Amino acid sequence: MSVSSWAWLVLLFPLLGSSAIALGFRVLPEKAAGAIGTAAIGLAFLCGIGALVCLLGEDPEARHHASSLWDYASAGGLDIELGIYVDPLSVFMVLVVTGVSTLIHLYSYGYMQSDAGIRRFFSYLNFFVFSMLLLVLAGNFVLLIVGWAFVGFASYALISFWYRRTTATRAGMKAFVINVIGDIGLVFAAILIFRELGTFDFGPVFERAPEAFTTNEWTITAICLLLLVGAFAKSAQLPLHTWLPDAMEGPTPVSALIHAATMVTAGVYLIARTHPLFELAPTAADVAAFTGLATLLVAGTMALVMTDLKRAIAYSTMSQIGYMVMGVSIGAYSAGLFHLMTHAFFKALLFMAAGSIIAAMANDQNIDRMSGFGRAMRFTSVAFLCGALALAAFPSTSGFFSKDEILAFAEARGGMYMIFTVLGYVGALITAVYAFRLVFRVLPGKPCKEAQELIETGHVAHGEPHNPATGEPEDTDVGFPGSEHHIAEQNWPMRTAMGVLAFLALFGGLVQVPGVDDLVTSFLEPVFHDSPLAHIHPSAGAEWRGLGIGGMISLAGIGLAYLLYVARPELPAVLRRRLRPLYTLFVNKWYFDEAIDLLVVRPALAVGRFADRVFERIVVDGLVNGTAETVRGAGGVVRAVQNGFVRSYALLLLIGVAGLALYFLLSAS
Amino acid sequence: MNIEWYVVLSALLFCTGALGILIRRSPLVILLCLELMLNAGNLALVAFSRMVGNQEGQVFAIVVMVVAACEVVVGLGLIVAIFRRKLPLNVDDLRELRG
Repeated sequence: MSVSSWAWLVLLFPLLGSSAIALGFRVLPEKAAGAIGTAAIGLAFLCGIGALVCLLGEDPEARHHASSLWDYASAGGLDIELGIYVDPLSVFMVLVVTGVSTLIHLYSYGYMQSDAGIRRFFSYLNFFVFSMLLLVLAGNFVLLIVGWAFVGFASYALISFWYRRTTATRAGMKAFVINVIGDIGLVFAAILIFRELGTFDFGPVFERAPEAFTTNEWTITAICLLLLVGAFAKSAQLPLHTWLPDAMEGPTPVSALIHAATMVTAGVYLIARTHPLFELAPTAADVAAFTGLATLLVAGTMALVMTDLKRAIAYSTMSQIGYMVMGVSIGAYSAGLFHLMTHAFFKALLFMAAGSIIAAMANDQNIDRMSGFGRAMRFTSVAFLCGALALAAFPSTSGFFSKDEILAFAEARGGMYMIFTVLGYVGALITAVYAFRLVFRVLPGKPCKEAQELIETGHVAHGEPHNPATGEPEDTDVGFPGSEHHIAEQNWPMRTAMGVLAFLALFGGLVQVPGVDDLVTSFLEPVFHDSPLAHIHPSAGAEWRGLGIGGMISLAGIGLAYLLYVARPELPAVLRRRLRPLYTLFVNKWYFDEAIDLLVVRPALAVGRFADRVFERIVVDGLVNGTAETVRGAGGVVRAVQNGFVRSYALLLLIGVAGLALYFLLSAS
Repeated sequence: MNIEWYVVLSALLFCTGALGILIRRSPLVILLCLELMLNAGNLALVAFSRMVGNQEGQVFAIVVMVVAACEVVVGLGLIVAIFRRKLPLNVDDLRELRG
């Protein structure tokens, strides 16, 4: 079988799974829905491996295939095919997406089993994976936009999955609206590309671009900036990030799948995919790199002070994606994608462990109330610790190798790019501190009430169901979280998924150790071999020096967290008092929501109110009602004649005929 | 005989019929009055035909009679239908079509 046949199969299985579950909504048993969903993604993963094996059997120069099924749209010189583009980059993304998704489906099979909406859940989840695969396999910009929009919709549906929670539906809408802003940027970019190059297909676009544009010409810069709007909205980069923390209203497996491992990396993929364009517009690439840098620092500071477990991890996701965006924008393509892969492993793991802990807390997400889970939930704690170690880039874990590779590349590129290395290390310190802040606040210490109950009776705590954001009481019917909670200790699917991810989070980085092996870079090399930037390689010595610095910073961060949260727990309060303005800024999320509210939402509402109260009431209503009143008035006049008396009609008839007769008689004489 | 007498008689008959339609309320009488008006027209047609000296006016009068017969059929049918439904046989009470 050829590479493209495998790729089509990768797309087919999630689509089949989603449709089968959606159509069999009423007849499928709950377990079967979960099993079908998981199996569909598992099969897609196997087909992805098939594509990988096929691709590796080919000559590196020939490792790109375009294949199309039929014309998707064809009119007026526009010829768009339903086509896919398979090369090492898309196969890499397919493997990461399907691999992590399979594990998350398995986890959901256990975690969501008591939810009344589990069939809907798996149908959405499969649809999401299908959309994401369409996005990474698309062979032209139109299909990319289709996948991009599908992903946005799937994200909306899954964030609002508990649709009777008002906070969840509002968060879903917010995510959808911000994602649509990104879609618009992407659509305009595609239109500009078509206008300049006359095609939407990736291959010809990247071939013709260097001839059609001169470096930093305004059109190519505009195209790249518009692409970045799409990338920033999807990848939650400043200032379009505010939807991501709110998206934590969705079920925890959704947070793990969409808002950590896959969907939010679409922006990184987009920049890597369109790198020939970005290399022609270095200004736009620098804008992206600085935005990534700003995001990683700002999000890191917010993660330092969040008291909501899932939101803290969400800010950490933003921060890590900041590293990736920075990486692929400065030319460290394979390093950025390598970090994407390791991040998918450890962040999905962190979310899964957090989900298990939240379940044990009966859906309470406030870390101020959590403590002592190290004794109560051994497996979950170990998994959480593995994830946190990888996130903090503890030496030899996966995050250790991938993050430092980006920073080493920035250093090797030199000049202005040294800023990225230096501030990247600052970000790494913040990362280590907030990662272990969570660990030290949740795992050690005297067990809290729920943890104590788990230790003594082995039962998961059963609080009154309530909304973690507002504290409102909740039902356990469809549209609300299910009645029972499931923790990894008592649930084999969750345990399996977390175990595999913990292994990958700890050892996944070993595929690319400087000076030893470089599986990811050499696999992705054919995609980037035309790029002048991809030939900058930091020497193994420089990389090891960077790794040494990174390791020390990581250990320092963990030590600092230990000092703050274990050794001298009174210190954070003192710091909070001393640095009150900073703390207020961080805890209010740098006032981004308020700023957007002031600059965008309020003016838009004012325009809407004007349109409603003035334009609509006076102009539109005036026209419509005026017409109606005129017709009614005229009707009133005629109506008086229609009194229903036959003889009055007869009289009118008579008068009329007499009048006519008189007229003719008079005019004749 | 002079044509004027025929025309005057025809006009008198027509006015009687028209007046009857305007003031009477029984549908049966209204039909009779209609018939009166049609026949007034017939009289005028036949008289003019004689005056002019050809038969076209008389042919027209026969056509009017046919039409009158049809009209009576429909009108009486309506009256029977009204009677069967026990509605008042009074045209002023049957004014559902008022605007």
